[in-house]
Amino acid sequence: MGELRLMKGNEAVAEAAIRAGCDGYFGYPITPQSEVMEYLMAEKPHERTGMVVLQAESETASINMLYGAAGTGKMVMTSSSSPGISLMQEGISYMAGAELPAVIVNVVRGGPGLGTIQPSQADYFQAVKGGGHGDYKLVVLAPASVQEMCDHVKLGFDLAFKYRNPVMILSDGAIGQMMEKVVLFDPIPRRSEEDLIKQNPWAATGKPKSREHIIITSLDLDPAGQERVNLKLQAKYKKIEENEILYETLGCEDAEFIFVAFGLSARICQKSMDLARAKGIKIGLFRPITLFPFPVKAIHDLGKKVKGMLVVEMNAGQMIEDVKLSVGCSIKIEHYGRFGGIIPTPDEVVKALETQIIGG
Amino acid sequence: MEEPFVKTEIRKDENIVYKRTDLLVDRPLSYCPGCGHGVVHRMLMETLEEMDIQDKTIGVSPVGCSVLAYDFMNIDMLGAAHGRAPALATAIKRLWPNKFVFTYQGDGDLAAIGTAETIHACNRGENFTIIFINNGIYGMTGGQMAPTTLPGMRSSTSPYGRDVQTMGHPLKITELIANLPGVYYVTRQAVHTPSHVRKTKKAIRKAFEQQKENKGIAFIEVVSNCNSGWKMTPVQSNKWMEENMFPFYPLGDIKLDGKLIQKSEIAK
Ligand SMILES: Cc1ncc(C[n+]2csc(CCOP(=O)(O)OP(=O)(O)O)c2C)c(N)n1
Ligand code: SF4
Ligand SMILES: [Mg+2]
Repeated sequence: MGELRLMKGNEAVAEAAIRAGCDGYFGYPITPQSEVMEYLMAEKPHERTGMVVLQAESETASINMLYGAAGTGKMVMTSSSSPGISLMQEGISYMAGAELPAVIVNVVRGGPGLGTIQPSQADYFQAVKGGGHGDYKLVVLAPASVQEMCDHVKLGFDLAFKYRNPVMILSDGAIGQMMEKVVLFDPIPRRSEEDLIKQNPWAATGKPKSREHIIITSLDLDPAGQERVNLKLQAKYKKIEENEILYETLGCEDAEFIFVAFGLSARICQKSMDLARAKGIKIGLFRPITLFPFPVKAIHDLGKKVKGMLVVEMNAGQMIEDVKLSVGCSIKIEHYGRFGGIIPTPDEVVKALETQIIGG
Repeated sequence: MEEPFVKTEIRKDENIVYKRTDLLVDRPLSYCPGCGHGVVHRMLMETLEEMDIQDKTIGVSPVGCSVLAYDFMNIDMLGAAHGRAPALATAIKRLWPNKFVFTYQGDGDLAAIGTAETIHACNRGENFTIIFINNGIYGMTGGQMAPTTLPGMRSSTSPYGRDVQTMGHPLKITELIANLPGVYYVTRQAVHTPSHVRKTKKAIRKAFEQQKENKGIAFIEVVSNCNSGWKMTPVQSNKWMEENMFPFYPLGDIKLDGKLIQKSEIAK
């Protein structure tokens, strides 16, 4: 068993990176996630594992540092919050195009613009639908607890290297800031340079006489070549959709109605479920853990068994589009959201269920 | 069958006095005939060959005419986003401190869109080499005004000449960088004559030798022509460069062994 600790979500991300054998972290301060780099700097991971931590001059620089290091096969991570993640989009698109593994943590705050420093889920579209230019996908993980903040870092690195694709952890200001108990996994040693080269023959590590030179790029000026690149990417995303979907269900067996929610909203819905069940409403909870790949089939199948779904999000209605696409038009699906940093209360969610779905 | 122009029987080892280094890939360069980019590529690759560090070198190419440098240089390379090469190089060198790392960047890449990455990598004293090709124009996108375009100089976005009142002054980024404590070696060279080519190659060698000792940034500016963008023949462009670019961007060492050796003239 791992070590039990009381930690903030952001601290758990940082500690998990060190324990996962991460080689480098590059970041720029922004609320509500600055604790990630602060924790790393205080922990001196250079002494613990040899991990490099560098405060960059901007998020543009941090994502391009990530791109450079990932292109050499190193295990690297950055974290930021909404405005900083927007600034990274060009680099993220390049990394997706060049098929580079890395973990990018977004501790989402309210937007648009400078918005607010309070928690939000308004970056769902940006994370799941692309964000940057071109047809690409990130693997998107949505932690709902400090424990998952820790575990998703390790899972994120595994998936990033398995598919040579950037992975985003889509968290929010509440999960980043709140303290919970967390069981930390046992440290994994950082890979040696020899192992790295053996495991990542695609990486630019210095050309020996024995092989061709390696080029890391997302450019192919020949349209036929660029189409091949795109087809290869799409085939990879399909494979990810076939193999990597994660979700959790609660009380769905006898349910007539379903809350669909990710991250913090799912935590709130758990409480709303208790309140609604006490009133005799047969309600279940469906929580996607991977937002890409989205659990299309599981939600589709659930849609055949229930009368209605309330999609609860801290945004103006984003994931609801994917829920509707998954289910079709057979049942009533409505959205309930608060935004700008407001967290809905369990009571108002129950009320929304009663007025929008059951009574509506 | 047509007779080959050069009879193969005279291509014998004992007749060869100069050959392409194996560190340049045997394929046609994408540069316009007369352009300086190819010459700098060759000097760089010859240096790596002479130092026998092909297997220990990781290069970063820019977005600009030299975007495909990775196709021509027979070493492991990464293609950066426009302006971001110093950020890539920073992380690569930090995580592979025993490798030789360099960026190869144009003036738009390094001194406009990538100014922040350039200045901060230099100021942190990262241990890599920057090769900076200053041709006073955006070559790749068709000859638009660059941060380095001279006052009065015509380009497709300054068709009546650069008016410094409305378009700003040319940026002498090299002098600016020389003043940063993290920078160890700064020089400005050219490649339009054999003697200049030799000097540039020496500067490249010096930069890579210093990288071994972790001295900080070595920054080599090469003032070069863009005959296509300047709308001149190669010969005209080299003459124009001598008469107009060199007075504004004087050649020579600017910082040696961490010490400024020439009064820097950031603004005119
Ligand atoms: C983000 C972004 N903005 C703009 C461009 C378009 N662009 C490509 S190359 C270039 C200018 C390159 O000029 P320079 O760095 O001087 O290199 P040169 O071609 O002169 O060698 C520009 C503006 C781009 N590729 N990416
Ligand atoms: S456009 Fe200018 S810089 Fe580009 S290859 Fe041609 S001459 Fe060289
Ligand atoms: Mg240029």
